Amino acid sequence: MLDNERAARQKRISKVIMWIILLVLFLCFIFPFVLVIINVFKTKADITSNPLAIIGAHGFTLKNFPEAMKKMNFGRVFMNSAIITTCSTVLTILFSSMTAFVMVRNPQWKGCSIMFSLMIASMVIPFQVLMVPLVSVYGGTLGVLNHRLTLILLHVGFSVSMAMFMFHGAIKTNIPMELEEAATIDGCTRWQTYWKVVFPLLKPTIATVAIINAMAYWNDYLLPSLVLTKKELYTIPIATQAFYGTYSTDIGLVMAALLLAMLPILILYVFLQRYIVEGVTSGAVKG
Amino acid sequence: MKQKSTTYKIKQYLMFAGPGTLLFFGAVIVPFLYGIYLTMTSWDGISKVKPFVGLANFVAAFQDTAYWQAMGRTAIYSFFAVILINIVAFALAYLVTSGVKGQNFFRAGFFVPNLIGGIVLGYVWKFVFNRAFVALASAIAGGNVPSLLSTPSGAMFCLILVSVWQYAGYMMLIYVAGFMSVSKDVQEAAMIDGCNPMQTMRNVTIPLMRSSFVQCLFLSITRCFVVYDVNLSLTKGEPFNSSVMAAMHVYNQAFTYKNYGVGQAEALILFLVCAIVGVTQVMVGKKGEVDA
Repeated sequence: MLDNERAARQKRISKVIMWIILLVLFLCFIFPFVLVIINVFKTKADITSNPLAIIGAHGFTLKNFPEAMKKMNFGRVFMNSAIITTCSTVLTILFSSMTAFVMVRNPQWKGCSIMFSLMIASMVIPFQVLMVPLVSVYGGTLGVLNHRLTLILLHVGFSVSMAMFMFHGAIKTNIPMELEEAATIDGCTRWQTYWKVVFPLLKPTIATVAIINAMAYWNDYLLPSLVLTKKELYTIPIATQAFYGTYSTDIGLVMAALLLAMLPILILYVFLQRYIVEGVTSGAVKG
Repeated sequence: MKQKSTTYKIKQYLMFAGPGTLLFFGAVIVPFLYGIYLTMTSWDGISKVKPFVGLANFVAAFQDTAYWQAMGRTAIYSFFAVILINIVAFALAYLVTSGVKGQNFFRAGFFVPNLIGGIVLGYVWKFVFNRAFVALASAIAGGNVPSLLSTPSGAMFCLILVSVWQYAGYMMLIYVAGFMSVSKDVQEAAMIDGCNPMQTMRNVTIPLMRSSFVQCLFLSITRCFVVYDVNLSLTKGEPFNSSVMAAMHVYNQAFTYKNYGVGQAEALILFLVCAIVGVTQVMVGKKGEVDA
């Protein structure tokens, strides 16, 4: 009896210790963000003299935001990012799930199995190997750089194999053949069977693929910076980089620009946090 | 059963996989093959002609000391970053699955750096290192303390620290999934057989989570080897080009100095090294996998 009590107390104490360690680690993880947030409301002079003070000597200011927004052209940049991310994500889902469908259901076709292996093998190629030829083909020979559509199609092309692989697994394990056969007997063509029966059943995988890819597209820097060199086409990461290059000494503005760049996805995270964590986990574990 | 005709097969394939295949070829396969051709030309990025030079670019790449310095630096950076990422991620995963209050909140919190792109994260940390830490250190030391980013080894340390901070939350999620997949029965059985918690962890839980380790190591190795965004925004290769990683060197070689052929050859070597390290690690790791 006494032993049990002691064990229980020990367990409680170790829980409390673990909780404190977690809290300290958590504070370490978020303190860079906290620093940006407190400094965004200070004047340039106050940040320079003491970046750690919660309120600067000259008091609280809101004027960093509108100025940074104007100089970064935030409205336009945000729209560019939103359009590119949305279109790329939707097309990735449609094209990769369709590709996966034909590959799962016809493994005995030579073409399908060759393409499947090729796509899987290609996943190890890092972007650095492709960037020079991409610029050379699409910039030099075809001259289609500086169009949002080019970037969207390239995004889809890069992620189609990974997304296809995830849909491949989902269709293979979760969609019974009998369901499709029933649809065929009821008079559906393969095309109709896919859209009316299979695609709606893929919802969980669609969510996972959408979350992983949308985050990657939204934050992508290198590819967009090579494709979009015109100022009016800049996405948030490119605009942040350009902004820092021009106004790096105006630290108050930099703080506002960084916060603006982070805010959209952080707000989204507050609402979709559970889905994002789940989606990323299942994507990572399957991938 | 009737054999389906070839035309039917092709039609079906194109109808479903046509757009996906086309974009995949346009973005990956064509540039990859064209890239191999580019390594054999001395193209400057502007002129219409691409003079054929054979293997000269590979010779140039092997003689490019700056490139091999960058590769060595990348290897050192990756070594420390990968080990620390995985230690921190594993520890975090252990803590957030131990049943303490608010563990879902913590889980979500540790993942936050992964939501934000490397460019923005790099600038945030640049502010932290150059302003906040300097102010703090100066206040403690009572004089002017230079920023960590102003010395070569300091810059390397900062890059490793930021990478660990950036990726630990992501790898944590994979380890959490690993912890969840180990059944409580096996752990309890070990405890009943007389293992203390430490022994249970070492001899039962960790071996059963081997696939999580293999996966996290593979992901962190392949990401660290081609680090670019954080490198660009946090250090920009400074001070004195001492923190230029391999990917940044390739970028500069091709797009800044306009040596497209040499740059592409160097990119290809980087890819081969990265693929060999990654695949070896997976093969070694998979060999000893056990099932419960």
